[in-house]
Amino acid sequence: MLTYTFRRLLTAIPTLIFISLIIFLLLDMAPGDPTAQLPLTIPPEVREQIRQSLGLGEPVHIRYLLWLKQMVWSEPVYYLSQSVDWISAPDEARLISWQTRAPVMDTILERLPQTLMVVGLAYVVGVLIALPIGIISAYKQYSVFDQAGTFVSMIGFSIPPFFSGVLMIILFTVMMPNDSFWWFPSIYDTTLVIDSWENFGKQVRQMVLPVMVLALQTTAQISRFMRASMLDNLNQDYVRTARAKGMTESVVVLKHVLRNSMIPVVTVIALGIPAIFGGAIITEQIFKVNGIGQLLIVSIQASDVPMVQTLTFIFAILIVFFNLIADILYGILDPRIRYD
Amino acid sequence: MPDGAQPVLDVRELKTVFKIRGGEVHAVNDVSFDLKPGELLGVVGESGSGKSVTMMSLLGLLPSPPADVRGGTVTFDGQDLLKVDAETLRMTRGGKIGFVFQDPMTSLNPVYNVGMQIMEPLRKHMGMTKKQAAVRAKELLELVGIPDADQRLKDYPHQFSGGMRQRVMIAIALACDPKVLIADEPTTALDVTIQAQILELMKELQERLGMAVIWITHDLGVVAGIADRVVVMYGGQIVEQAPTRELFKNPQHPYTRALLKTVPRVSGGREDRLEIIEGQPPILAASPTACPFRDRCDVAIDRCAHENPQRYDVGNNHDAACFYDARTGAPRDV
Repeated sequence: MLTYTFRRLLTAIPTLIFISLIIFLLLDMAPGDPTAQLPLTIPPEVREQIRQSLGLGEPVHIRYLLWLKQMVWSEPVYYLSQSVDWISAPDEARLISWQTRAPVMDTILERLPQTLMVVGLAYVVGVLIALPIGIISAYKQYSVFDQAGTFVSMIGFSIPPFFSGVLMIILFTVMMPNDSFWWFPSIYDTTLVIDSWENFGKQVRQMVLPVMVLALQTTAQISRFMRASMLDNLNQDYVRTARAKGMTESVVVLKHVLRNSMIPVVTVIALGIPAIFGGAIITEQIFKVNGIGQLLIVSIQASDVPMVQTLTFIFAILIVFFNLIADILYGILDPRIRYD
Repeated sequence: MPDGAQPVLDVRELKTVFKIRGGEVHAVNDVSFDLKPGELLGVVGESGSGKSVTMMSLLGLLPSPPADVRGGTVTFDGQDLLKVDAETLRMTRGGKIGFVFQDPMTSLNPVYNVGMQIMEPLRKHMGMTKKQAAVRAKELLELVGIPDADQRLKDYPHQFSGGMRQRVMIAIALACDPKVLIADEPTTALDVTIQAQILELMKELQERLGMAVIWITHDLGVVAGIADRVVVMYGGQIVEQAPTRELFKNPQHPYTRALLKTVPRVSGGREDRLEIIEGQPPILAASPTACPFRDRCDVAIDRCAHENPQRYDVGNNHDAACFYDARTGAPRDV
């Protein structure tokens, strides 16, 4: 397993280099020039600094290599030099956003906590709701519970968040009386500092609506998956064997069937994690959560190429990484799969 | 009952029905048989004759719905297994009645090692600790002839061959010293040499442990080799029952006689084509009111179409459900 992991990590390097090339070239073709947007009052040396940091004026392959060096070397070294004394910061200028003139990575790190809080929590909640629903739906196939679960999943699949989000706001923010327990804010306040129980309660309340909207989607997908996987296994011969051994139904289902059913589901859950870091573009916009998704869409609109390049590349790294995690989990859960 | 022993398992008028879209299939119709201690009872019949369904009905192993065990009694240990509560039934399954299934490739859970799968019933039924169960599991693997038992306990099912997996299944079934072992075509999925090994193993274990065995098969050769007594099933009912030697020497039911003819012989002329029984076994949409075999029978009479024959005693602890009396060559006068 260790050799396998190591080998996979090595093969990830050419994959990521290739992805970075595609990302760079695609975005390079996009229209937009950083200096064209600048006001005339900006001194020429600043203009020059931006040019230098972007390597503009060089041919495309040189710019690509410089960008790659900045991504994989200068930025990590900068963050290392911030945390330990014995590494000094690199000489080059940092990767600067064309839009805000702030270092790209700093902006991303500012936005990440909100996204992880809201989108990550929604994913966890969605999975935790989906698993029992899937298990019970499969065990009691065609029961009222199963039919209801199917209906809810259909809603989750078919109603996009730009509808369900607005619907939630109308129901729980606009129509609900302000003093009711069921009133929830529609705007996520990032400046809220959690220093007391009261503020913690506020934080929980402002997360409720976006988490609900996002969790509905996750629940719909994962519960269908779980149900199908359980159904595949419930009719297997080994289940009959377990019953013939005199095991109780809970042991049969939760020990014998569940472990087998979880194998494909765990992979799907692991592969969904990179999407959390991608944020929820639409939901974040609706509830004014200034997370990664919102950052990405604003950067695209402003043709902030460095920001978009960096974000896309980070997503690529996460996707490759969680693919590896999923494969390793597969090997751990299923003894028939051996990677060495 | 020649020796007058109390049967360890007594099944009376068992009825099992499957509910299907737009109707029912009567898979088991008034099946009655008993099993004496230490006896090896062979159950033969072609596919769909209700052999497996009968045995699974005994222990409530059929998924319900669609299966519905409609009636009858299954007396085991002084209790009717069809009426006991779920917990008693579970203690019986695996604890007092062991079950070996047909396909060893799929009957073991692929994600747990065989040690865990053998220890599971030991810990549940015998209340053993993990350590005690591990010791017993090792003994069991040695008992069924798996070498290097200590190491093999940690192995997963996919690391065993088909024959070895069936040995593991037998070890699981034997784990709690059951009084009865039900083997549902345990050698069908195995190749012939492995089949012979498993047969030998089962016979030896049965004699050594003194348990009663029900052996379901469609192979008359297997039955002739190991069974003390044979039950022949057709269309969800028992059509003939006799001690093995008696059955092969003196088959009464036309179905049994036809079955015996289909067994290819190594000796004798080569010019003969292999005998077959023309037609298909019936799928019964209702409780049978006629002999289920009449369409394929060469001695059928009018009465067979109106009445389902009961099992007539023909002596020597032998009975057959047929209006035609093979001894006299004429219809029975009853």
